[in-house]
Amino acid sequence: MREITYRQALNEALSEEMERDQSVFLMGEDVAVYGGAYGVTLNLMQKFGEKRVRDTAISEAAIIGAGLGAAITGMRPVVEIMYIDFMGICLEQIGNQVAKIRYMFGGKTRVPLVIRTEGGAGRTLGAHHSQSLESWFIHVPGLKVIMPATPADAKGLLKSSIREDNPILFIEHKMLYNVKGPVPEGEYLLPIGKADVKRPGKDATVIAYSRMLYSTLEAAKRLAEDGIEVEVIDPRTLLPLDMETIAESVRKTHRAIIVEEDTKTGGTGAEIGMQIMENCFDELDAPVLRIAGADIPMPKSAVLEKLAIPDADRIYREIKSLVM
Amino acid sequence: MTIYTMTIITKNEARHLLKQMMQIRQFEDAIMDLMARNIAEGGSHLYAGEEACAVGAMAAIRKDDYITSTHRGHGHAIAKGGSLPELMAEILGKETGVCKGKGGSLHLADVSKGNLGANGIVGGSIGIATGAGLSIQLRGADQIVLCFFGDGATNTGLFHESLNMAGKWKLPVVFICENNLYGMSVSVERACAVNDLTKKAAPYNMPAECCDGMDVLAVKDTVAKYAALARKGDGPAFIVCNTYRYYGHSRSDPRIYRTKEEEKSWRDRDCIMAFGRKMQEQTVLTEKEVADLEKEVTAELEAAVDFAIKSPDPKPEELYRDVYFEM
Repeated sequence: MREITYRQALNEALSEEMERDQSVFLMGEDVAVYGGAYGVTLNLMQKFGEKRVRDTAISEAAIIGAGLGAAITGMRPVVEIMYIDFMGICLEQIGNQVAKIRYMFGGKTRVPLVIRTEGGAGRTLGAHHSQSLESWFIHVPGLKVIMPATPADAKGLLKSSIREDNPILFIEHKMLYNVKGPVPEGEYLLPIGKADVKRPGKDATVIAYSRMLYSTLEAAKRLAEDGIEVEVIDPRTLLPLDMETIAESVRKTHRAIIVEEDTKTGGTGAEIGMQIMENCFDELDAPVLRIAGADIPMPKSAVLEKLAIPDADRIYREIKSLVM
Repeated sequence: MTIYTMTIITKNEARHLLKQMMQIRQFEDAIMDLMARNIAEGGSHLYAGEEACAVGAMAAIRKDDYITSTHRGHGHAIAKGGSLPELMAEILGKETGVCKGKGGSLHLADVSKGNLGANGIVGGSIGIATGAGLSIQLRGADQIVLCFFGDGATNTGLFHESLNMAGKWKLPVVFICENNLYGMSVSVERACAVNDLTKKAAPYNMPAECCDGMDVLAVKDTVAKYAALARKGDGPAFIVCNTYRYYGHSRSDPRIYRTKEEEKSWRDRDCIMAFGRKMQEQTVLTEKEVADLEKEVTAELEAAVDFAIKSPDPKPEELYRDVYFEM
């Protein structure tokens, strides 16, 4: 199969859906002429015109609000918030308006809106451009939260998101844009809310998503050399969570580890871990383990930044001490 | 005292405007009564006093145009063609309510009638209105959007972001600020750096005009002028309707921030009394016709309240329904 980057996969998904459906349009800061801060929307303005690929002012709240208004009146907007760190500026519009409007209106409207953003550390950009804030949003009923790790998942899930009649928060990772992987040619759709077993195993279940999938797979390879076979599951969608696939694995391995880049307290792992407790308590041979980001604002220093998030070494060590 | 000029108006239109204003007034009075009797629970921000704004504005647009509304939104919902029984049932949180009892006073909406919703967040719907305008422009349709909000909302960030977006892209949105002089308790004078609110739109490349929000025909004419411009692609406008909320912010408001004299001076210019009197002076309507209209509306409201009270509560299985559209 051909290999393309995560960035190209996303670009293809946008391009194909815009070709397929005239009601799809893009809007955000620097998405048109510049092609997006990380180049995801490169050449789409040239292809589809300035009407359908729109540079906005620096107005995060209006980008979300206008996306919502367009979504409930016949369009399928894909809007971009450049960094997830900027979400605080438009959190009211996402949390109060986008996520709730269908319920508040008694189900009498649909919200086919995709909010693309990216997060994560790795570029030493400091505390305002490096956060992993997904746990803020899994706390909001009405949203669906997707965080793909591989190019294929990025393409298949973005295409499905654009066709979905519910609001989607689609969180990319800044360190994955150049990662290459096999992506099927042509129409490729993946189900939202379905986890994927990225590596089968029997000794422990490791749940890892976004960039942490890669560090976890590396750790899993080293563990295998030590005779420990872990099953690595990427939920891909954090809300709704595919607990069925996770629970099925935990019933087989009797151990569960969550690897997450976000800060530990009140993080995504807290939710996934608790759901494992609720669903598989009697199956567990050890407490659920969280390998998570440090509870600190992300520091600038490359040395400190590296210490702030899990890496393959740490994942390897912590899993090994749990399983042995 | 408003000085009315002679306006050519048909009997049917006069009846329509007067009736809608009476419906809103009696709707709000009925809610006051239901709250006093502890039948209506929770909060309600009443529109009484401001009827000419919603009724005049809605008389200037088409059925397929959109509106967005505010926390003081009952008047907009009624004037946009909402059903009185369904709206009243929604206020009481009943299954038969326009939002199945899940929205309530703060979230009255009826997308099928072009009402994209009241909003619990001050200024929260200004972005939605702007996006509806963008959708119209992208679809090449000739609809427009009326975006209602209060004076308080003009101090929020989203107001400025949205007007900038609409002004830059020439979106077909008429922004209507119902200036009732107060946020919750803080007056325009104490909250805003400028008292003349039309200045708030100055940086955003759109015309701005002030009109008498107690005069239904003045509102209608002003909105009609800018609605026509928006419809033919000339972009947005900003209208300030000066008006007054009789009941204060909400049920628990002691209104200590304003004087009885001020309240009386606005009530003396009451939009329903003034318009009814004017239509009689101009022999468009007779005294009996006005009185009959009042009785007709009273009967409608009695029926609406009765329907709402007798309607069942939502069933428990509704709790988790409508969070997501099932794909």
